[in-house]
Parts: sequence; structure tokens; C-alpha cells
Amino acid sequence: MATQQSRSAARLMMAPAVILLLGWMLVPLIMTLYFSFKKYLPLRGGDLGWVGFDNYVSFVTSSSFWPSIQTTLIIVGGVLVITLVLGVLLAILLDQPMWGQGIVRILVIAPFFVMPTVSALVWKNMFMDPINGILAHLWRFFGAQPVEWLSQASMPSLIIIISWQWLPFATLILLTAIQSLDSEQLEAAEMDGAPVLKRFWFITLPHLSRAITIVILIQTIFLLGIFAEIFVTTGGAFGTRTLSYLIFQRVLESQNIGLGSAGGVYAIILANIVAIFLMRIVGKNLDA
Amino acid sequence: MGQIELKGVTKRFGEVEVIPPLDLKIDEGEFVVFVGPSGCGKSTLLRLIAGLEDVSGGVIEIDGTEATTLPPAKRRLAMVFQSYALYPHMSVKKNIAFPLKMAKTDPKVIEEKVANAASILNLTDYLDRRPGQLSGGQRQRVAIGRAIVREPAAFLFDEPLSNLDAALRVNMRLEISELHQSLGTTMIYVTHDQVEAMTMADKIVVLQAGRIEQVGSPLELYRAPRNRFVAGFIGSPKMNFVEGEEAAKHNAHAIGIRPEHIEVSTTEGLWQGKVGVAEHLGSDTFLHVTTAHGVINVRVGGEMGLRHGDTVWLTPDASQMHRFDAKGLALA
Ligand SMILES: Nc1ncnc2c1ncn2[C@@H]1O[C@H](COP(=O)(O)OP(=O)(O)OP(=O)(O)O)[C@@H](O)[C@H]1O
Ligand SMILES: [Mg+2]
Repeated sequence: MATQQSRSAARLMMAPAVILLLGWMLVPLIMTLYFSFKKYLPLRGGDLGWVGFDNYVSFVTSSSFWPSIQTTLIIVGGVLVITLVLGVLLAILLDQPMWGQGIVRILVIAPFFVMPTVSALVWKNMFMDPINGILAHLWRFFGAQPVEWLSQASMPSLIIIISWQWLPFATLILLTAIQSLDSEQLEAAEMDGAPVLKRFWFITLPHLSRAITIVILIQTIFLLGIFAEIFVTTGGAFGTRTLSYLIFQRVLESQNIGLGSAGGVYAIILANIVAIFLMRIVGKNLDA
Repeated sequence: MGQIELKGVTKRFGEVEVIPPLDLKIDEGEFVVFVGPSGCGKSTLLRLIAGLEDVSGGVIEIDGTEATTLPPAKRRLAMVFQSYALYPHMSVKKNIAFPLKMAKTDPKVIEEKVANAASILNLTDYLDRRPGQLSGGQRQRVAIGRAIVREPAAFLFDEPLSNLDAALRVNMRLEISELHQSLGTTMIYVTHDQVEAMTMADKIVVLQAGRIEQVGSPLELYRAPRNRFVAGFIGSPKMNFVEGEEAAKHNAHAIGIRPEHIEVSTTEGLWQGKVGVAEHLGSDTFLHVTTAHGVINVRVGGEMGLRHGDTVWLTPDASQMHRFDAKGLALA
């Protein structure tokens, strides 16, 4: 882009994309902000005028707010821990030369291709159903009382379902990282007298740290907004109401657009706090 | 301590026999160099000794006790890899200290030994750096430092200098030789560079396709190569081979004559030829002379003022001639 002319040409060419992207982002954001300062009840009188920060105050003071934040963080944290631990183990396993490696790798990746709604339904109806689910049969086979997974152990169930979906992603990223580990380093450590576990701890794990931060970053961003899995399994009952689900209920079930929009603004703030926090860590890790 | 003996050691990868049964004895304190062309099994042999590969047959003894199935860590051998294999996320200090830490050495002793190794290897100023912030030669020294602190029975080097530039290679060659002098520990050194082999070794093991072609001191191999392969491999520039009637005159299938054992004259001599390429190094001149017996390489001390197309006469020094039979074995 050396000359004046080519620079202005470039600007002209990029303009449609930039304008489209800006519109895409700005219009919903501005509308959310706009509605969050209004009392807007589509089925009960429509636009009832400006209300200042009332929506913000009542969203936070509602008894469901803090539990929903807590639920969100537990789900994100739980899924991260499970996918990372299992992901590292699976990646190490898949890195070993074995028979049928190609097929096993495809099988491991497969859950990622299943739509969240579908996989949640499969889990709900085929695994966790207290009467016909496979787990129920298994429990009965051992003479135990089947667990009503989605009501009695709603949070663990939900975390299991979501982890199942995200495990392939974590495994894939970690596997590529493990494959780039120089085998001579492991051999050097072996000669230096480090047994298997110490080799893992001192060589493999530090080598994976970058991939692990990337998995944490990307998964956190997606998991904060998790919705379909909750919608089709518990419908937000049994203590599984996350922040995004709470917003959904405020807008569509209570038909209170203003209140929901205020919640949306909180969600944006939460996501940004997490993002900044993560960017710091990742930035540090990517520099090194 | 540091005597290693291989008895009938074999290595197969699947169906391929990379190392046919092989016997070798390495004495305490020796500097042994494995040399041979690429793919001949030098690294494999070293890795068998280190315990990084399992033998397919035979016995490995270290200091008189059987070590064939001993895990690498128990063999008290230290290895320096071609890629250095430093731990990238640890500082130089931690890299060198790693084997001691694994052996649960007292931190004070670790501190002392690391400082000692660093001063031997001129690394004291770099102890807090990461390997990524070091030059190739410094990384090599860290890798050696990591090997030294273990006070092993023997050091194993796998082409440690092949990633360095020519000048640095000469330097490091000297440093490793000096290290061997001062430590007196057995060292096994793999290289495909015969100059490294000649300059560093007490004993050279020439390998081809997994077989030992000859074992001996550098000068033994230079003076009395057992076959054509060793004759051609040891010495630089390479030995010239002449077959046919010239060889028959000496009752041999082929005769070999080193470039430095041929006299060049512009007036008279045994073989007439034309100078092809002349490489002027200042101290020496390498002439590629086309004769009736093929291209003959000749080394001439100093500068001879010969150039492309000049006619010269070559006279080989009969006392320095090597004779080979049809199988390539040297005739006495
Ligand atoms: N893991 C393996 N599986 C199968 N074949 C192997 C394996 N490792 C080495 N080989 C084969 O064994 C032979 C010897 O290999 P090796 O690495 O010992 O050669 P080298 O003498 O060290 O060569 P270079 O000088 O190029 O390093 C080669 O033909 C190689 O293809
Ligand atoms: Mg090799």
C-alpha cells in the first residue's frame, strides 16, 4: 500500500466489509443498551417509557441473579477441568503408535460434529432417562435404584454432557501440541533419570502449557454463553439456570425486554472481565 | 569405571536387520569414535548402548556387569544429542541441574556442581538464560554440562557438532578433546565426518551397513586400511583407486594411492595427465588430474602455479601404495 492512490482504493474496497461488521456488532449492542433503559413489555402495554437504571437494579437484586452467576462459573470451571484433564490423557494415548490409530482419532473427534441440541437430547433420552436410559439399566443390573440424573444430579449431568461435547476440541489441540514435542527431549530426560511421571510433569506438561491456555481461552468464551444444552435438558430448572438462560427467561418467558437487555449488558461486562483476565495470562504464555 | 563390551549385539526393526551380530570392546577412559556413511547404524548402535532402544539379541556389559535390559537411567551413561535436547522452558542452570534433581541430590551440592560445570564450560554468565536465548555453541555446552554433572561412567555423543558452523566446530572439537583429557572418562562419539574422527579418537570404529569394517587407532586406519571401504573413507581428500593393468603390474586387482603420496612434475613421471580443476587453498593445492587411468586427485604442498589444461606427470610413491584383491580386501 505504498501510494496514496492504492491506499484510498484499499479503503474503498474494504468499506463494505467494515460497514457490515460494524452494523452487525453495533446495531444489536445499541439496541440492547436502548431497551435496557426502558420499561418495555410487548404483551402488557408495549413501550412504557424511560426508566433510567431501574432495570439494572432489579436484575441484580433479583434472587436469581447471584445463583445464576454461580451456576455459570461452576459449569465453565467444571467443564474446563474435565476437558483438560481427560484431554491431556487422551492426547497422550492417541499419540502412542497403535493399531487402528486413524479410526480411533476420528471417533474421538466425532462428538464435536454433533449439534449441541442433538447431543444433549441423546444424552437426556438415551443415557440419563431414569426409565429407559442406558445408565438406568446399568444401575438396575447391579441392583441399584436408577438415578434421576437431570433432577437429582442436574449440575453434574449438565457438566458431563457439555464436557463430552468439548472434549474432542481440547484433545485435538493438545494432540497437535504433543506431536510437536521433540522426542529427544523425553529421551534426554529418561537418561537423566526421570521416570515416566516426572517426564510428564517436567517436560510434557510445560510443553503443553501454551496449548492449554488456548483451550482455556476459547472454551471459556464459548461456555459462558452455553444455552441449547440447558434448554433441552432441564429447561433451567434444578439449579441449572446460567446467566444467559436467566436473560432468555426474562425476555421470552416474562416478556420483559427491558429487564433482559439490562441482563445482557451485565453478560457483556462479565464476558469482558473474563476475556481481559484470560488475555493477560495467554499473552504472557504466548510471549515466552 | 567406564568399560563397555558388546557381545553379538543385534538390532532389527521389524524385518530389517540394521545391525548384524556385532562384537566390540571399549576400554576405560578411551575416546572411541563411530564413523561411517549416513544410515549405517551409528546412532542406532549408540542408542542401544544408551538403552534407548532394546537389543534384538546379544549382550551389553558395562563395567563387567550385564546391562542389556537395564533402563537408561540405571546405566550411568550420559548422552549429548545432535539436537541438544535442552529443556526449553528451564533456565540453563535448571537444565544442568535436572539430572541431579532427579537423583534427589542435596540442593547445596547441586549448586556447587552446577557452578563447577558452568565454569569449566564458560557458561557462568548465561546461567539464568533460557536455551532459546543462546547461540548454537552455547547450547551445545549446556548439553555437555548437563552430562558432566552426572559424573557418568561414559559419555555418549551423537553428532554433537553437526549443527554448528565450520569455525565453531573446530573450536568445540578442541574443547571436547580437552574435556576428555581432564575428565579421563570414557567417551563414545558418533560422527560421519572423518576429520573429526581422525583428530579426536583414540580408537576409530568404521561402520558400514551395521557391520564393523575395522577398529583401530587413527594412524593404523590411515596406514593399514583393511579394505577398500576403510581406505576410501579415512583420509581427506579421498584415496585414488586404479584398476586394470596398472594394478596387475603390482599383482593386485586394484591399487590405492593417497593424494598426498603422489609426486607431480611438469616434465617427467609415470602417468601423464591433464589438470582439470585446481583447488588453491594457499597452504595446499588439490589437483584433479585426468589420466589414462581415470581422474586422480593429487595434493601438492604450497602453490604450484598449475592451472586448468596444463599437462603434468604423476609418480605414485610405491612404498605408500595399498593393494586390494577382487573382493576389496587389502593384500599384505
Ligand atoms: N525406528 C526405526 N525403524 C525402522 N528403521 C530404522 C529406525 N531407526 C533407524 N532405522 C534404520 O536403521 C538404519 C540406521 O539408522 P541410524 O539412524 O543408526 O543411521 P546413522 O548411521 O546414525 O545415520 P546418520 O549419519 O544419517 O545419522 C537406517 O537405515 C534407518 O533407516
Ligand atoms: Mg545418526
